[in-house]
Amino acid sequence: MTSALLNERLGRRWRKPHFIKNPALRWGLILGAIVYVALALGSLEVNWQRVSEGLVRGWRFVAAFASPDFTKRGGDIYEGLLESAIVTVASTVVGILISVPIGLGAARNIAPLPVYLVCRGIVALSRALNEIIVAILMVAIFGFGPLAGFITLSFATIGFLSKLLAEDIEDMDRVQAEAIRATGSSWLQWINYGVQPQVMPRLIGLSMYRLDINFRESAVLGLVGAGGIGATLNTAFDRYEFDTAAAILLIIIATVMLLEYLSGIIRAKVQ
Amino acid sequence: MLRLQKLTKTYRTGDKALNAVDLEIPKGQVLALIGPSGAGKSTLIRCVNRLVEPTSGKVHLGDGEEAVEITSMSSSRLRRARREMGMIFQEYALVERLTVMENVLSGRLGYVGFWRSFLRKYPQSDVDEAFRLLDRVGLLEMADKRADELSGGQRQRVGIARALIQNPKVLLVDEPTASLDPKTSRQIMRLICELCAERELAAIINIHDVALAQMFCQRIIGLQKGEIRFDGSPDDLGPDVLTTIYGEEDWKATIRPAEEAAA
Repeated sequence: MTSALLNERLGRRWRKPHFIKNPALRWGLILGAIVYVALALGSLEVNWQRVSEGLVRGWRFVAAFASPDFTKRGGDIYEGLLESAIVTVASTVVGILISVPIGLGAARNIAPLPVYLVCRGIVALSRALNEIIVAILMVAIFGFGPLAGFITLSFATIGFLSKLLAEDIEDMDRVQAEAIRATGSSWLQWINYGVQPQVMPRLIGLSMYRLDINFRESAVLGLVGAGGIGATLNTAFDRYEFDTAAAILLIIIATVMLLEYLSGIIRAKVQ
Repeated sequence: MLRLQKLTKTYRTGDKALNAVDLEIPKGQVLALIGPSGAGKSTLIRCVNRLVEPTSGKVHLGDGEEAVEITSMSSSRLRRARREMGMIFQEYALVERLTVMENVLSGRLGYVGFWRSFLRKYPQSDVDEAFRLLDRVGLLEMADKRADELSGGQRQRVGIARALIQNPKVLLVDEPTASLDPKTSRQIMRLICELCAERELAAIINIHDVALAQMFCQRIIGLQKGEIRFDGSPDDLGPDVLTTIYGEEDWKATIRPAEEAAA
């Protein structure tokens, strides 16, 4: 019986089956996607006159990078930078401290269902609200300044770290944790011996990454009044001091690169 | 020492992994549990220390007056009972990023408080016992190595030391040789059996290798579809018995011939 099936197959070409089997549906979807992209591009209105004027202004901004001015507003830049550094470190540390318990609660394999749902809810809320929106709200509540930035970034850190920590815990090797449970350990001991060693390298790596994100975000948050280097940058733009703005941007780029380099070294060490 | 009464486990999918298993193991007896994959061997030993919750039935640990019933225990009493049951795992199940010494000492977690274990400040008697056990399994100089630096056989020795430092009454052993080469497998089985003899431990050893089970264990239980199909000495394990446990196959090469056993 099988040889009849085999004979039918021999000598015929073999191809990987299409992901969408129905050819009409497949081609319909491809065509639909092309038409959609074409229509979407067509709906964008471009005012070419405005662009040609803007290009000149843009070029002045780019040209300012050739002569960044670190000194004219040196004091402001230093203060802004210090404020950003404080906000970044403080919000990252506080964020991590709050993220760890929430991350444990948001891992389905170690948390009971009610705890899981609450923690996932917090994570979802934190991720749903964009930093800028939270920052605007916090500025409205706490007024202009770094406190609003600090609270915003701590809140954003929770959504990021808790989610990724929880996912790492869910992916851990179950048997290692099971072996610790079999010794008669308490829950805390079980977390400390069976779970923590498995997720620690990733937690450290993510924390370093978050430090770097928080620094970059702190520059953006200044634009909505949440203090830090972003506020200095915003002032420079408002005054059309593109050379100072360029200096600030160069400092931000250099700092992010430095943090990236540092986190690479640390991650390699903790594996 | 260990008595199972009508132990039953039905998984949420409806699969009946264990069907009213009755089993009694006296002190000092090393028992091999054989059977095809999916027969319920792993489920059985995990139901004993409730890493898997049994659906019904009872598990009695200890003899006479001291005997305790495990399936009805609260979680805090269960932790105390788990201290008396050492477990050795397939693929070792060491915490890979902890040192050998931390892995061995983790066997004392049921006895020490959280802060002691968190700060790794174990009582000197525990530390001494850990060194003694590491010496016994031949890994004393590896104490401060990380567990993932060890070979398979070495890891399983650490797993054995971790189970024994619990000072257990019973050893639950799940496929201890599944990922080891034939020579290391024998060494590990020999070590487990010697240690059980020294300490008069009862042990259940899940094992796929029938010849190895015959070589080292005093009693063999054949499990098939969650029921006991054979219970006897290694010498009674003939081709017909293997056929009832595993199904039709030529078993001559698998088992020790009767005349060799007699000799």
